[in-house]
Amino acid sequence: MNTLLLLGQASREVSPIPLYVIIGYMGVLLAMGYLSSRSFRGTSADFFTASRSIGPVLLLMSIFGTTMTSFAMIGSTAKSFDLGIGVYGLMASWSGLIHSAIFFLVGIKLWALGKRYGYMTQVQFFRDRYQSNLLGYILFPVLVALVIPYILIGLLGAGAVVRAVTMNMFPEMFASTQGAVPQWLTGLIISLVVLYYIFVGGVRGATWANTFQTLVFMVTGVVAFLLIAKGMGGLTKAGEIVAQHAPENLAREGRITHTQFLTYMFVPLSVGMFPHLFQHWLTAKSAKTFRLTVVAHPIFIMIVWAPCILIGIWAAGLFGQGALVLPAAPPMSGMVATVDNPEVPGERLTVRTKADGTPLQDDQGKLIPAKPSSNAVLGRMVDQLVHSPLLTGVLIAGVLAAIMSSLDSQFVCLGTMFTTDIVIHMSRKDRFTDKQKLLISRSFIVGIVGITYLLSLAEPRHVFDLGVWCFSGFGALFPLVFAAIYWRRVTRAGALACVLMTGAAWTMFFLDDIVLRGHSYFGTVDPGTDEYLVLGVMPAAVIFAVSALTLVGVSLATTPPPKEHVDRFFLPAE
Amino acid sequence: MAKHPYRTAARIMTAIAITLAVLHHDFWFWNDQTLVMGFMPIGLLYHILFSIASATLWAVTMMVAWPVHIEEWADEFDGSATSQGAKK
Repeated sequence: MNTLLLLGQASREVSPIPLYVIIGYMGVLLAMGYLSSRSFRGTSADFFTASRSIGPVLLLMSIFGTTMTSFAMIGSTAKSFDLGIGVYGLMASWSGLIHSAIFFLVGIKLWALGKRYGYMTQVQFFRDRYQSNLLGYILFPVLVALVIPYILIGLLGAGAVVRAVTMNMFPEMFASTQGAVPQWLTGLIISLVVLYYIFVGGVRGATWANTFQTLVFMVTGVVAFLLIAKGMGGLTKAGEIVAQHAPENLAREGRITHTQFLTYMFVPLSVGMFPHLFQHWLTAKSAKTFRLTVVAHPIFIMIVWAPCILIGIWAAGLFGQGALVLPAAPPMSGMVATVDNPEVPGERLTVRTKADGTPLQDDQGKLIPAKPSSNAVLGRMVDQLVHSPLLTGVLIAGVLAAIMSSLDSQFVCLGTMFTTDIVIHMSRKDRFTDKQKLLISRSFIVGIVGITYLLSLAEPRHVFDLGVWCFSGFGALFPLVFAAIYWRRVTRAGALACVLMTGAAWTMFFLDDIVLRGHSYFGTVDPGTDEYLVLGVMPAAVIFAVSALTLVGVSLATTPPPKEHVDRFFLPAE
Repeated sequence: MAKHPYRTAARIMTAIAITLAVLHHDFWFWNDQTLVMGFMPIGLLYHILFSIASATLWAVTMMVAWPVHIEEWADEFDGSATSQGAKK
């Protein structure tokens, strides 16, 4: 069956239908943007918080859609291809428990405070709670800097999946990418479509689009799983292939360390500090609106992640067997597959190949070692195993839906923060009309999206790793929000020191991993997992400890805030 | 305490949540490559069941430990009240 799979792929004609479906899907989103604009009240309050009118189903869909991005579908498949089933435990099962806990313990309280005092952004809340304008000016760039990698993984993921599925489609137009639609074009189109529907509908437009797109990616994800399973010859056959060719992916030994597995729990704390999620919390009609989100979130995560993890380990089995050809990881170009080592019987080598899996040789007639691009695993599995161009197009549209349903909220949130927390905050009251506020917001969004888009044109890193760095930063700031609503003794100085120390620690470890990899000063790269660890644990845990200790230590060493001020943020019995 | 009886339930649910968090670290399946029903790795199945247990935990929490008074508190002001740090 797998030899046939390779041969089939070599002789198969490339159909443009998947691309047409993707273009059609973009058209549907543009139409939805137009429709949501008819409900848009034209005020900045409606643009930024949908006038606090969102019900339970829309809240669930928009929060879930916002949380799940290319990290969830492309990243999880890629990482389970590399590390096996443990990836589900690292992120999905921890998130099911911790995300809902944060929605319940933090989200509802922040919603109540937002309603009580009219906040539109996270920074407004922190400025008020900690009585510090300076905190807002420090926190704003930190939050923007952390949102940028989040947007970046969306653009990278979209580019990777479209590239994988359109390979050999335009051999003359895009010769440098094996005829595939290149990263820069996919990123550009995705950005423009999302910009359109949020510009005309604001956070309400994003919520509508999120709900629709969340449904699309959940349904198509399950359908993709079933079709890929069928393409592999059934679930049992798929299991046999993994057991035979990539058995290490069925367990965690040698792939994930115990401390790494445990300290991943600090990564999902990030939802407590995502500025775009804060904004979605504010849109809720009532506290009861949160109930459905808290309960359904772990199940929704499971529905999306479990199939992706299985597809990832199946891909590892097929790749180990030599029946799956993947694009090479940058900076190398071309394709990669595994072949028998002609010099060592029984050993497999990962080498550069032609599109049909035939190994290429260098000038001395030797095989050329290469690494596969894990980000392309999902796209290639759909492309090779779902033998219907129409369905392939629908499935890829589903993946793009997951990505765009995060991008839209992030875009709106950035605009809201800049307008509210910087421009309006620094101006005299009523300096700007509602129209001017919207214009400022949209201009800032275009600027940040432009910068992120340019960053996405550089060599892309593993989507999962970049996502983890982004979440680690937000997760490390979690003590700031938790203390704000549960600890009366926390002080302005403690909050300022916490943000500064967290920003410094995150930057230090991020650069140590990303820029100095191979010559890192503070951490080490685990040879089994290729994961950057500090003292054997995830950097998220270390940065979190720095953040929490600074917040507590400096707060205890400084004068407590006035009781009458703190009382405003606590329920009478607390 | 008497004013907010949900707190006892909240403490019990917190204890259950912490127990669940401890059970997340399934070292007993760490190196087990068993395929349940021929396709589902046992370590993955365990964590899928963990997700279902989490949803159940939160469903019960919503029923027995919902902070009923928070909505009334939120409604005391209509949002137009001036917030000291939120200048506008």
